Amino acid sequence: MMTMLRRPLFWLILLLAGIFAWLPVRGNNVALREDLILVAVAIILTSNLNLMIGYTGYVNFGHIVFYGLGGYLGLYLATVRGWHLVISALVAGVLVSLVALLFGLGILRLRGAYFALATIGVLVAVQAFVANFEPWGRSTGMYVSFDSYAPLGGPRHALWTTYFLVIGVMALSLLLSLAIKSSKFGLGLFAIREDEDAAIVLGVNATVYKAIIYSVSAFLPAVAGALMFFKNGMIDPSIAFEYMLSLEGIVMLMLGGSGTVAGAALGAGLYERLRSYLLTSPRLSEFHLVIAGGLLLLVIRLAPGGLIGWLYRLIPHSREVVE
Amino acid sequence: MTGLLEVRGISKRFGGLQAVSDVSFTLNEGEILGLIGPNGAGKTSLFNLVNGVYKSDKGSIMFAGKDITGLSPDRVVRLGLARTHQIVRPLQGMTVLENVIVGACFGRENQSMHDAHATALEVLEKVGLAKRAYSPARALTLASKKRLEVARALAAKPKLLLLDEVLAGLNPTEIAQMIDIIHSIRDSGISVFMIEHVMQAIMNLSDRILVLNLGRKIAEAPPAEVVHNTDVVEAYLGFPDIVDKLRGMA
Ligand SMILES: Nc1ncnc2c1ncn2[C@@H]1O[C@H](COP(=O)(O)OP(=O)(O)OP(=O)(O)O)[C@@H](O)[C@H]1O
Ligand SMILES: [Mg+2]
Repeated sequence: MMTMLRRPLFWLILLLAGIFAWLPVRGNNVALREDLILVAVAIILTSNLNLMIGYTGYVNFGHIVFYGLGGYLGLYLATVRGWHLVISALVAGVLVSLVALLFGLGILRLRGAYFALATIGVLVAVQAFVANFEPWGRSTGMYVSFDSYAPLGGPRHALWTTYFLVIGVMALSLLLSLAIKSSKFGLGLFAIREDEDAAIVLGVNATVYKAIIYSVSAFLPAVAGALMFFKNGMIDPSIAFEYMLSLEGIVMLMLGGSGTVAGAALGAGLYERLRSYLLTSPRLSEFHLVIAGGLLLLVIRLAPGGLIGWLYRLIPHSREVVE
Repeated sequence: MTGLLEVRGISKRFGGLQAVSDVSFTLNEGEILGLIGPNGAGKTSLFNLVNGVYKSDKGSIMFAGKDITGLSPDRVVRLGLARTHQIVRPLQGMTVLENVIVGACFGRENQSMHDAHATALEVLEKVGLAKRAYSPARALTLASKKRLEVARALAAKPKLLLLDEVLAGLNPTEIAQMIDIIHSIRDSGISVFMIEHVMQAIMNLSDRILVLNLGRKIAEAPPAEVVHNTDVVEAYLGFPDIVDKLRGMA
């Protein structure tokens, strides 16, 4: 823990969270707040996805399933059960992590492309289940009851509270990535990424490590899902499990630099801003996925280490600050 | 007296091929046991059975008084049985030092990152790789990658080290250096089980030699006896110069 305090990146993460929290408050800028919350969610999803793809070398195409399930559980607990939002979100995170642990022990025996395929299977299966689950409103989904906002001081106040909570989850996601990267656990994951069989012969319990990181990578996205869908006021199977978001998470990660904490944040931030711009532009809105795909090809072709990898090559000393 | 490693009747079949067939032997504490045999004799497969990469079809393996039959390799190494790979497998994207830290962190002593760092530097010094500590593992020459294999296994602080052809592909100077390293490993109290095709080296290093042919054990004796064993000579008949070499050395 003490060594964390000496890492420049630790302070940069806190600074980033501070700036996010402060910018929209200054001048009560609700539009900016809505923009920034999307950037924060992108950073949360991408940095947790990075734990699987960048750290462990396992491509998860169904990462959004954690976000959607967290959203459903959180909304259910907050609205139907009447629990406080923060408790609902935390419980949703824990439950989704447990589900992920079970899935993980099952599908993580698969390697490479087979694992990637299985993650798509998980996404499709969970969505199909939720779309037919009576207590969660099947395909119509659920709405947040007006009463649920009361403990947070009414709807307007609740929106700000959720915003700060999401920024907190963003900071925690980045700090978690940093802490894992500098830990023995992280070293084991990186060994698995490089050569799983060699790692096992060196003493890494790959089965357990993979299941744990899959489960850990589910926690904060699920918490974020609970917060976001509560803020949105409703949830249904198609917005909770948006396949495209799962794929775009991979684009963001590759763009910024997979395996690095700063790369995940940078890629998510840039891509999310670009996407918002394209989606609101009348002429380009149809093309944003074309551009995402093109960007992915370009990055893989020209800078496989992403923007951060490119920065390290340009200024080798930057690694000491950013790592 | 019981040995450090006691293998009883282990076998491995791949489809129609009996790679290892009912092999038993004992490795005593503090000894260097050599393992030779023609290409495809099942030597590497025997290593894979001993450290748990393959599950034996039958038989049992005892190590340091514990039954390790069927244990996975990560558990076996934590009990103090480490190995190198014939075809080197460095963790390419990591530095040499990080590779060895992995070995120390997840080895027998389950060291913290901090202790593992110190262990790794010490071991790299020992195998003569200290100068390359911060190079990416992928940038090493074959000889250095073999040293890295040894360093990583040593960092696990094993009681027994399995070396799979660590001399193959090295030039005479590098071979001499590696032999020195193996001597120093034994002197530090670690028992060694080594596969080698470089006959002169294995004959000089080993206290005893185990000979495999077509998956079966055909001899187990001190080097001087092995070279006069008719089964061994027959196994190597396809390789007359090796027979000559064997004879020349005894
Ligand atoms: N995983 C496997 N699947 C199928 N066949 C295998 C497998 N591993 C080894 N074999 C076969 O078992 C036999 C013994 O192989 P092994 O690698 O143990 O020989 P070796 O004595 O180490 O040979 P070399 O001196 O060439 O390294 C070979 O015929 C090999 O093709
Ligand atoms: Mg072999």
